[in-house]
Amino acid sequence: MDAFILQILNGLDKGAAYALIALGLTLVFGTLGVVNFAHGALFMLGSFCAVSLNKIFTISERVKDPAVKFFDAYKEQPYLEIWFGETGTTIIQYSVPLSLLLAIPIMLLFGVIMERGLIRHFYKRPHAEQILVTFGLAIVLQEIVKAWFGANPIPQAAPPIVAGSADIGSWIGLGEAVVYPWWRLIYLAFSALVLGSVFAFLQFTTWGMVVRAGMQDRETVGLLGINIQRRFTIVFGLAAVVAGMAGVMYSPILPPDYNMGMDFLVLSFVVVVVGGMGSLGGAVAAGLLLGILQSFSSMNEVKELLPGIDQVIIYLVAVVVLLVRPRGLFGRKGVMET
Amino acid sequence: MSMPASRTRKDMVLMLVFTAAVLTMPIWLAPTGAAYPDLLQKFAIYGIFAIGFNILFGLTGYLSFGHAAFLGIGSYTAVWSFKLLTMNVIPAVIFGTVLSGLFAVLIGFISLRRSGIYFSILTLAFAQMSYNLAYSVLTPITNGETGLQLRLTDARAVDAMLGVEVTEGLPSTNLFGLEMSGYPGFYFCAVMLIIAFFISLRINRSPFGLKLLAIKSNQMRMGYTGYNTRPYLLIAFVISGMYAGLAGSLLAVTDPLAGAERMQWTASGEVVLMTILGGVGTLIGPILGAGLIKYFENIFSSYNEQVLHEIFAFLPDFMENIMVGVFQPFVGEGWHLTLGALFVIVVTFLPGGLMEGMRRLRTVFTRRRDKGKSADGKAST
Repeated sequence: MDAFILQILNGLDKGAAYALIALGLTLVFGTLGVVNFAHGALFMLGSFCAVSLNKIFTISERVKDPAVKFFDAYKEQPYLEIWFGETGTTIIQYSVPLSLLLAIPIMLLFGVIMERGLIRHFYKRPHAEQILVTFGLAIVLQEIVKAWFGANPIPQAAPPIVAGSADIGSWIGLGEAVVYPWWRLIYLAFSALVLGSVFAFLQFTTWGMVVRAGMQDRETVGLLGINIQRRFTIVFGLAAVVAGMAGVMYSPILPPDYNMGMDFLVLSFVVVVVGGMGSLGGAVAAGLLLGILQSFSSMNEVKELLPGIDQVIIYLVAVVVLLVRPRGLFGRKGVMET
Repeated sequence: MSMPASRTRKDMVLMLVFTAAVLTMPIWLAPTGAAYPDLLQKFAIYGIFAIGFNILFGLTGYLSFGHAAFLGIGSYTAVWSFKLLTMNVIPAVIFGTVLSGLFAVLIGFISLRRSGIYFSILTLAFAQMSYNLAYSVLTPITNGETGLQLRLTDARAVDAMLGVEVTEGLPSTNLFGLEMSGYPGFYFCAVMLIIAFFISLRINRSPFGLKLLAIKSNQMRMGYTGYNTRPYLLIAFVISGMYAGLAGSLLAVTDPLAGAERMQWTASGEVVLMTILGGVGTLIGPILGAGLIKYFENIFSSYNEQVLHEIFAFLPDFMENIMVGVFQPFVGEGWHLTLGALFVIVVTFLPGGLMEGMRRLRTVFTRRRDKGKSADGKAST
């Protein structure tokens, strides 16, 4: 039982990342009808927002180390610490949550520019060309990040106050064995919050209602005198923000490197297809489901029974789902049938 | 289908010109600095890969994002043939092609149940599965991260039976004694490329090819006229998988090792780019695209800061530094940046690829000439 709950929790955090990326993919697909292969790169850019902010905070000066008395030793001391003392140290430790504030405007701007500059020209083009152009863009973004930050993963630390593990087992009366890192718990809560707000935004605001109407019938909404195109552009920006925030929050869990977007992208696409193209709820449900399945299949007991299953489970599920339920788990009729 | 005689003759000329062009590549590519065997072999091999991909994507419009899996299977099979049977390349190539074909039957049978983006995702899923398995569970077959290599202790049963003398170092791949490195290796690949091109030409001109094109333009209508399209699609998929397997085994012939990274989805993306860059659905386009990308990969990735400084040495110093600064991110390590940018630019502005570009240039010129003619005509009347 302990192991069971632990695996579900482990699966949820990966699944939440899939769900956040898949949500953006589905939003973009549902509104603009564009298959965006660069969405993983947006997730990666989000992570690197955290890396950059950390780099900026730790710009440092070489100062003499007073702790070493016998000879002249030097150490790097960040300006923030020199200027603000203890407060500066705290600011540096909180760089990951703080970079959310940086990531939101940057990703929004980036998403809007990307949509206006490139994606806009591809609405009416075949899906193959959309895939190709966004794939190219993803390579470009990746290479720029690689040229700037290098190819190695850059670990990010969560604030020390949440460094340990939460003793979830004793909360729900299951014993000490079920522990779970605090940061992952925060990340999960954060993901739930983001998913909830996106849904609430689309479901309960007039603005969101217009967007949903536009997804159903773009032409009619346009005829009613609403500039639906502008709203769709903003939705693209919103999807970029969601991916970026997911990237920021995921950076202490997985050290960001330039290639992380691609790994997540392929899986997120599988998630979208399993959930059903164009279904927001499906994307989230399939993301969590596949995350949990992946975590279960990497248990030793399962691996002994079916060697290598942890490597292929997601793809295997995708193949089965596509063959049995071609529209995906929650797909609606008439959306991307061909 | 009867074919107009003029067309058959045209095809024959095309075939002859193509053969001559491929065989004389070491001569006419010399001024570009690309005429060394290693690179020429790559041109031929990736040319085959791209031709095969084009048979599927160009004719039927089905975009497979998992063709690299077949490339990898071809490579692994060929290396195993070297290890277990003989260093002769003929069995290796045959086994590599046939086994890839078998896998293509399996993967194609399942993937072709869907079309459009679902097909792309399914093929991608299969390729990623192969890649992940090759890295993990199948390590006894694929040798995991190290990659599959030849060893002195390999059995080579057939060679042993025929009494091929055992050499000091690792034996090299050969064609009945002719070593497959350097130019002989290139000519072997070149002959394969010519055969591959010939088959692709025949497919293009055949009723079968026309049916594939009909599937691309309107699959539903094909269904209404009473064709079951799936067998045709499957045949196209298998042929294209076998081309990829052939290319993979040739990679092993020229350099007998095989690694899982050959199956990664970026490798699948590369062949898509080659085909697009050259011109989807054209005969020559994919080969041009493959050649260009491999050429740029070799040339660009070998440039470094020093070479750039030499190139721009004719400029005044400050200009030189600026130019080097501008170009440096795009060469050497950053060659992939060039590749990605190329991808975006070609798809955005020239979706028909280089062949489309050439056609446009030609119409521009002929139109200008026509205008000139009509102006002359007016003057004379």
